[in-house]
Amino acid sequence: MKILVAVKRVIDYNVQVRVKEDGTGVVTDNVKMSTNPPDDNAVEEAVKIKESGKAKEIVAITIGEEKAQETVRKALAVGADRGIHVKVDGVVEPLAVSKILQKIVDKEKPDLVFMGKQAIDDDCNQTGQMLAALLNWPQATFASKINVKESSLEVTREVDEGLETIEVNIPAIVTCDLRLNEPRYASLPNIMKAKKKPLEQINASDLGVDTKARIEQIKVEEPPKRKAGIKVANVSELVQKLKNEAKVI
Amino acid sequence: MTREVMEYDVVIVGGGPSGLATAIKLKQLNADVNVCVLEKGAEIGSHILSGNVFETRALDELIPNWKDLNAPIKTKVVKEKFLFLGKKNSFSWPTWLLPKVQQNHKNYIISLANLCRWLAEQAEVLGVEIFPGFPASEVLYNEDGSVKGVITQDMGLDKEGNKKEGYEPGMELHAKVTVFAEGCRGHLGKQLIKKFDLDSGKDPQQYGIGFKEIWKIDEKNHQEGLVMHTAGWPLDKNTYGGSFVYHAENKEVYLGYVIGLDYKNPHLSPFDEFQRFKTHPVISKMLEGGKRISYGARALIEGGFQSLPKMFMPGALLIGCDAGTLNMPKIKGSHTAMKSGIVAAETIIEHLNESKDLSIYEEKFKKSWVYKELFEARNVKPSFSWGLILGIIFTGIDQIIFRGKLPFTLKHKHADHETLKPANEMPVIDYPKPDNIITFDKTSSVYLTGTNHTDNQPVHLKLKDKDLPIRYTLDRFDEPAQRYCPAGVYEVQIENEVPKFVINSQNCIHCKTCDIKEPSQNITWVTPEGSGGPRYGNM
Repeated sequence: MKILVAVKRVIDYNVQVRVKEDGTGVVTDNVKMSTNPPDDNAVEEAVKIKESGKAKEIVAITIGEEKAQETVRKALAVGADRGIHVKVDGVVEPLAVSKILQKIVDKEKPDLVFMGKQAIDDDCNQTGQMLAALLNWPQATFASKINVKESSLEVTREVDEGLETIEVNIPAIVTCDLRLNEPRYASLPNIMKAKKKPLEQINASDLGVDTKARIEQIKVEEPPKRKAGIKVANVSELVQKLKNEAKVI
Repeated sequence: MTREVMEYDVVIVGGGPSGLATAIKLKQLNADVNVCVLEKGAEIGSHILSGNVFETRALDELIPNWKDLNAPIKTKVVKEKFLFLGKKNSFSWPTWLLPKVQQNHKNYIISLANLCRWLAEQAEVLGVEIFPGFPASEVLYNEDGSVKGVITQDMGLDKEGNKKEGYEPGMELHAKVTVFAEGCRGHLGKQLIKKFDLDSGKDPQQYGIGFKEIWKIDEKNHQEGLVMHTAGWPLDKNTYGGSFVYHAENKEVYLGYVIGLDYKNPHLSPFDEFQRFKTHPVISKMLEGGKRISYGARALIEGGFQSLPKMFMPGALLIGCDAGTLNMPKIKGSHTAMKSGIVAAETIIEHLNESKDLSIYEEKFKKSWVYKELFEARNVKPSFSWGLILGIIFTGIDQIIFRGKLPFTLKHKHADHETLKPANEMPVIDYPKPDNIITFDKTSSVYLTGTNHTDNQPVHLKLKDKDLPIRYTLDRFDEPAQRYCPAGVYEVQIENEVPKFVINSQNCIHCKTCDIKEPSQNITWVTPEGSGGPRYGNM
């Protein structure tokens, strides 16, 4: 079995994101970038499946500017076998990402495609679903447990009501939740080895995918400042305030 | 426990200006030397904080075509000011009356973090292997006592030191020469100075704590290329310190404050002095309508020539501010740190090629311009132990008339942890509450640093005696850790009327002030799990 894992380079989750003065986006210059956290879970799960003997090869793919390669190198350092970097500058919307991934799937013919449930920069949560539609493959989203069977997957999903377990036939798309596993650390020797693993670079334009933005972004602004909290003397005052001032009960 | 081993010709601990300069110079001298740089921050630059008005002298020697290579050194200093502040007024000192070392017209306003990122790129092109996120946690020794290399920090231990799922043991890096370039108060450097008695016959090292904020200010208040320093208010005349205000590109101002850690009053809060400083009319007017976008703090070296330890030992070199090469009256350490790294590389190549002893470092260093600079600067800082006024008068005579060539050397008498007076003998300072426009509290400030340490890992701020803070330090000094820590790591909480000492180590911004100032030297800073600590952008 072969697993394709998609990883995205985003602003590190510890960084306090700042909106550009002109409202055209957020500041990324000299800001620490990292792999999108749930994508790390996707890579980890693929590596675990390979370690259990159920997969033979893991291919990590990223789509983005030159430096996005770093996320593939990181995936290679924790156990992916080879990498693909599809080079595109600027923002790539989920639909374009899915179309690129579709082309790569046609070429690589993986049995499974793993990725994070959503990226922490745009929070779209669309790529996995769109890719499933384009490929006409089953999808298992928000996976917090994956059990690989003969020709299917048993996936536990994190849903609003709790946990839902479904079974999907292989080939399938799985989007991973943070609770799926604990991503491992990359060790120094593995980071060194990762530098020597093959990493193929492809230009998005060569794949024949139109990456032009279809969504017009009007303005990016900071969320309004939260008002300071107040202390109440007792429960009845709290209830009274929730009723009359906050009007929530 | 057996650990995996990797062998290098040279291992450099720390990816700051001195370590990266060493790496680059080594590769320039001999492309076949294999060199690796360990950096505890999540990336190069994320633990770098500095003013910074940059003198290009060392970089000119290291990479003469830095302009063509698009180094992030763009904003030339065009104007200088030096102000003495009173509470409401200010008095401008003519710049022609400033000692030559404090004139900056040939220098640039830069972000040192960005310069380090650029230096790292240059180093990688030359084939240096750089590993961010890997702190060196221990020194390894050969049987003959010489330094063999370092061990990297174990990853994936829980609070009690048990292995978590995904535990990754640190590995041994062996090198023919290990270069320690951890910056001020490096935790391995400190151990080496002690073990090899490197500071024997030297004065105790002197430190300061430096704060920095980056502000985006209104166009009308911004003068790109303006460098301003102040002395005086809000500090009393017996406390050594002052501010810097650098107008950088993109309407940004690098605003900072440095306070000598030899201050005496345990009630003094360096953080609050800095916040209060911003309320001075000269500063608050400039910041009006502006926005604070970054915050950080870091200890720095102030001891200079008298306190500079021996920088070589068997198997290793100690360079940059890990030893203490900052030039205090110049308020600059980046160029001296880089030069100390260049000299280190030259030494190492001769050591590897011709088996010369590493002790040749000393002679080379003494012949370099860094030594001359530090020698001439040596009497400035100690003269301020007589107070601001006498310090200024003496510095004028020493620096302007004699150019640092007076035939004597003033001594640093005390280590910084020895200078605090008992709390009941010193005045309590009433600091104003933050207005959240110009002044802020520690919590909202630390938030801007992007600091994080993985949950459930061993506390990296170790107490030698865990009861001492409450048993002794609280009563005698009103536990000054609550105030000298710029990140609110230390708190005394009252639970059922019993005081309890709390260490919020996840907030630590790796400034090392506690390791320096704790009056009983009861706190030891050790490396946390890799990538922990601040994620500074263009500091």
